[in-house]
Amino acid sequence: MKLPIYFDYSATTPCDPRVAGKMCGCLTPDGVFGNPASRSHAFGWAAEKLVEEARERVADLVNANPREIVWTSGASESDNLAIKGAAHFYQKRGKHIVTVKTEHKAVLDPCRQLEREGFDVTYLDVQENGLLDLDVFREAIRKDTILASVMHVNNEIGVIQDIDAIGNICREHEVIFHVDAAQSAGKVAIDLARLPVDLMSFSAHKIYGPKGVGVLYVRRKPRVRIEAQMHGGGHERGMRSGTLATHQIVGMGEAFRIAKEEMAGENARLLDLRNRLCEGFSVMEEVHVNGDLEHRVAGNLNVSFNFVEGESLMMALKDIAVSSGSACTSASLEPSYVLRALGRSDELAHSSLRFTLGRFTTEEDVDYVIEQVCRQVERLRELSPLWDMYKEGIDLDSVQWAAH
Amino acid sequence: MAYSEKVIDHYENPRNVGILDKDAPNVGTGMVGAPACGDVMRLQIRVNDEGVIEDAKFKTYGCGSAIASSSLLTEWVKGKTLEGARQIKNTDIAEELALPPVKVHCSVLAEDAIKAAIDDLQNKRGD
Repeated sequence: MKLPIYFDYSATTPCDPRVAGKMCGCLTPDGVFGNPASRSHAFGWAAEKLVEEARERVADLVNANPREIVWTSGASESDNLAIKGAAHFYQKRGKHIVTVKTEHKAVLDPCRQLEREGFDVTYLDVQENGLLDLDVFREAIRKDTILASVMHVNNEIGVIQDIDAIGNICREHEVIFHVDAAQSAGKVAIDLARLPVDLMSFSAHKIYGPKGVGVLYVRRKPRVRIEAQMHGGGHERGMRSGTLATHQIVGMGEAFRIAKEEMAGENARLLDLRNRLCEGFSVMEEVHVNGDLEHRVAGNLNVSFNFVEGESLMMALKDIAVSSGSACTSASLEPSYVLRALGRSDELAHSSLRFTLGRFTTEEDVDYVIEQVCRQVERLRELSPLWDMYKEGIDLDSVQWAAH
Repeated sequence: MAYSEKVIDHYENPRNVGILDKDAPNVGTGMVGAPACGDVMRLQIRVNDEGVIEDAKFKTYGCGSAIASSSLLTEWVKGKTLEGARQIKNTDIAEELALPPVKVHCSVLAEDAIKAAIDDLQNKRGD
């Protein structure tokens, strides 16, 4: 077993060695280094060929047409392009947008920006399990609603929204539907020939591709229009200018090809490991799983260890890379807005850790993490006045705290 | 965020963890912070007949810096008079532990905790 252990696959993944191999072939003088937009010589043609092959690989995984794939610098750019691009294009129809409180900042912040430009945005609550109530969504749609944005898989708690049903509601009301699929591609089956989704954001580095490249899917039938956010050369049919990064794109294509081939087996293996981890923790008292366990990607476990603060637990887990919803990991001192949106108390949000498993996680890793976490939770509870009070039977909610 | 060596030392080997009898006439208890804010400190001191702090114990729910701040404080107050202990400033703790600006509130909480414990003891004794 190699220490430290990486349990933060939702933050990013290492490149699969097969991906890195392909990428290296597009950099040096001997490789395919040409500009894919160079139409006048063989260097450009060779690069264009690889870019188009990669476009097919990406389209294949999600059953889309390659002509619906627009290369970007990553899912954040795709989210910005989709939301601002569609809002600007369709603003004559209306200026109302619907999204969800648990979305990634790459969706929420563009929405905030649109509010400053005069758009009206509704941020919906989720249920306790992290899932959107379809009736709540339906009721939020107004006559002037032009766009809805709902993420497929949540980055913190891994829950899977029913984008099929949400998309159908959008269709009924002729609302453009954008889905941030950064955390779902390669983990959940996506069939865009069938799903009522108009715009979908993808990232390479969440599924063993390189950082710095992503895709926006833009539906052709019925045709969805967006206003470009980046101008300069008219690449990607005018939707996103800028010289295509051949090596990044080739890497993303290879990552998506591998994902299509290996997704089923990988999901089954990760689910076993996730269940093993969850059972390992469940021997302790007051351990709470955040978010629905059924409608959830295999590799995610977000848990609150009550009476232990998340950052101090991470500090104790020196050989284990995880992330926390605790305030102390951010500059804002506010605990995770996602966990708060589930209605979790601030205490439990402060006590949460996110474990995300992936392609290179082994059973041995999981067993080591269980042992370390159980030992350190016990140690920190011995240090915790809240644990003492809990053991004495004091209801912590009834205590008058001197908040600061 | 990288922690200073002193924070890590106190976090890994916290001094004076424990509980004193809060009902004893020569024990003062200070509990500050709130679970919703991510940190709660309980600091207890016991004084001898000369009014000198002869023992101090703490338990803290919070980040590593909060645990280290309270651990350090228990070391510092031992052997001090109540008035001497009251002079300890959060900036002294922050400086000793090299806390970054985002963690200074941990040292503020520790200062609040010792003051609350002293107040509790003085109230008890009718000072």
